[in-house]
Amino acid sequence: MEENTNKPGLFEKGGKFGFLHSTVDAFDTFLRVPATVTTKGAHIRDSVDLKRVMIIVVIALIPAALFGMWNVGYQHNLAIGDTTTGFWGTFWFGFLRVLPLYLVSYIVGLGIEFTSAQIKGEEVNEGYLVSGFLIPLIVPVETPLWILALAVAFAVIFGKEVFGGTGMNFLNPALLTRAFLFFSYPSVMSGSSSWIAMRKGETLIDGATGATPLSFLSEGLEGVQAQYGTDMWSLFAGTIPGSVGETSVIAILLGAVILLWTGVASWKIMVSSVAGALLVGWLGQVGGATTVPAYMHLLLGGFAFGTVFMATDPVTSAQTETGKWIYGFLIGALCVTVRLFNPGYPEGMMLAILLMNTFAPLIDYCVTSSAIKRRAKKNSSAA
Amino acid sequence: MSNNIDLKRGLTIPLSGAAALKTSGTIVPQTVAIKPTDFKGFAPRLLVREGDKVLAGSPVLADKQNPDLLVSSPVSGEIQAIVRGDKRKLLAVLVKADEKVQYQDFGIHNPGGMKAEEVKELLLKAGLFPALVQRPYGIVADPSLTPKAIFISTFSTAPLAADTEYTLSEDFAAFQACVDALGKLTPGGVHVGISKATASSSPFHKVERAIIHEVSGKHPAGNVGVQISHISPIMKGDTVWTLSPVLAVAIGRLLLTGKVDLRRKIAVTGPMAIDPAYVDALPGIPVKSLRKFYDPTANELRFVSGDALSGESVGEDGYLGYFSDQITILREGRERELLGWINPIRPKQFSSSRAYFSWLTPKKTYPIDTNTHGGVRAFVCSNVYGDVLPMDIFPVYLIKACLAGNIDDMEKYGIYEVLPEDLATCEFVDPSKNDIQDIIAKGIDTMIKEMS
Repeated sequence: MEENTNKPGLFEKGGKFGFLHSTVDAFDTFLRVPATVTTKGAHIRDSVDLKRVMIIVVIALIPAALFGMWNVGYQHNLAIGDTTTGFWGTFWFGFLRVLPLYLVSYIVGLGIEFTSAQIKGEEVNEGYLVSGFLIPLIVPVETPLWILALAVAFAVIFGKEVFGGTGMNFLNPALLTRAFLFFSYPSVMSGSSSWIAMRKGETLIDGATGATPLSFLSEGLEGVQAQYGTDMWSLFAGTIPGSVGETSVIAILLGAVILLWTGVASWKIMVSSVAGALLVGWLGQVGGATTVPAYMHLLLGGFAFGTVFMATDPVTSAQTETGKWIYGFLIGALCVTVRLFNPGYPEGMMLAILLMNTFAPLIDYCVTSSAIKRRAKKNSSAA
Repeated sequence: MSNNIDLKRGLTIPLSGAAALKTSGTIVPQTVAIKPTDFKGFAPRLLVREGDKVLAGSPVLADKQNPDLLVSSPVSGEIQAIVRGDKRKLLAVLVKADEKVQYQDFGIHNPGGMKAEEVKELLLKAGLFPALVQRPYGIVADPSLTPKAIFISTFSTAPLAADTEYTLSEDFAAFQACVDALGKLTPGGVHVGISKATASSSPFHKVERAIIHEVSGKHPAGNVGVQISHISPIMKGDTVWTLSPVLAVAIGRLLLTGKVDLRRKIAVTGPMAIDPAYVDALPGIPVKSLRKFYDPTANELRFVSGDALSGESVGEDGYLGYFSDQITILREGRERELLGWINPIRPKQFSSSRAYFSWLTPKKTYPIDTNTHGGVRAFVCSNVYGDVLPMDIFPVYLIKACLAGNIDDMEKYGIYEVLPEDLATCEFVDPSKNDIQDIIAKGIDTMIKEMS
């Protein structure tokens, strides 16, 4: 950068290690803002870039991640009847359990990202910083690492890279990872042994089942609360079993505040998703399909996490502002519909979002087409 | 009669270095450049040779397709050089200027009594017809067409743009004469957009025989393209003409005095401009004639003819453009800030997004440099572009249609309504750092090629 010689640098194109250009560039621009200046069009540019946008999402996820680590320890203590471990001990146990998930997620995912950027000769996109942070938060803590690695590789290669990388994918890569796990290794993703971290030789104490409150949804409100005496507050605070980051609505709301305040995520999607869930939940209650009040759906399972962090993924959600209202509403509505009418599979959020990811381009197509038609009509009548 | 256009979306870019409302001197240039590249769609044929004498108003270039379409010299003097680039492409005709400008006489006209053909003939003969820009595509107006309407935006919302109420304060009679003459050329009338904020005190408020629109909003509310899309959107098959207020005054002077008098006040602006102010000058003056406004020993400077969003970088050895009434002096931002993207507080950086904290200081101006602040990525964010574009179109869809070269989609998403400058704010805020104006320009070129 500093010297002005005609010879390409060691890692520049044409240099000795030129084939590593993308990798070196990624680390270099990670450390220091690139020295590139504008060559075409606007001579000055906003100081925000994708690195900044992505890091804000990661910051917004930190409360949920930290709480999730503590909760892993807390659930473990509950399950084995340990009442002596203090706050930090509990956190440390969870941290050590979650850390390997992060390592696998980032090493496998970033490895594929770097390799594919290298092959295409492009810069490495920051998108995976977020996906890699999300994945450990939406899987059960006991997921075997090799299965996780396989799922991440599948999601990044077939969910993203084959379409051209971040910005071109139509499915949320983190959710695709979870879907892969769910369909390929259902035993890992359900049952009572997945959600609570155990050491070898430890056994559950009497009365603990290890299943998530959502599993008891079909039994109505009493079924949900019968477990651990789970009350509203536990569901809201998140001291219940579940995927690592999805349990605490408080931590998720903290993230939501950051995302909405910075404008990184769409408030329209969040609001309409909540509205969709409440409406179907209310209809279900009125229609006698369930005794669970509608607002409970906002606290249970992955709904809050999905609404705040997954449905709002700007790449895979609807692109038009009107489309965002429709897209969010349908996610909320579908999620609760699955929960109410499919007792075999209580968690509807993942499939609701993936399904709407698929339909987002269609929603946008309808929105843009009708806007263009309306406008043409207005102009021809004005003329 | 006046109409209101209130635009909510847009972005005011707080670039530092606004020109003080004072005129610090007159630039008497030794050389003036006439650049055919300023006129999009103009295929230049040289009418002069080195050593020829010209008057202000003498034709210098003609269009190859339409020999009546002339560009004339803004000064009197001697043709000093013909500058050519690759493949002998004509880049500029340099005129060594006389100290005292001598004008060719085109006769005094009363615009009220002229017929359309007479107006056209006068503008063509005096070489001022290319001042009219034709939409769609932003090309030199075709004199054989009758436009649906003619649009003039009397103000600019671009960063540090010249304040026309100051620069044209003494030229109102010429402006009115131009409006009267142009009114003959179109059945749709002359539409004049004025700034609502200063509407009551603005001299343009008193324009007669025109349809006045009071426009409020942030950039690009002052862009004529944005105003057209709210007055009478350009649909397939439509043709409209636009004119900058500075050149409207030049046309008015031609009618009233019979001279091609392109003198104008030029705003010298930008973070690197020393004591930024206005100068009395001409189009085509060399950047170096403005030496007192910058530090000639500083190397990393960028000289932009026009505003910082849509102007052209001409370099210290370059010349101001035909349409420019502004020069912006920026610093090349080649420093590498450590971990800049994660640093929570960067007080010297402006961002329209709340990812930074510059929204806390709405009154502050920033010495924004030319750093891109990031690498080029695919489009990821979907909500940032529409917020800064007060037009009823889907910008990202239009941009992607241009990238794909898909004519049908470009049409559908409104390529006829936009010029690159209209999407300049989208380009500014784009976190993926795409060259959106360039993409639109290429889309327009594709349209011109495929539709002709």
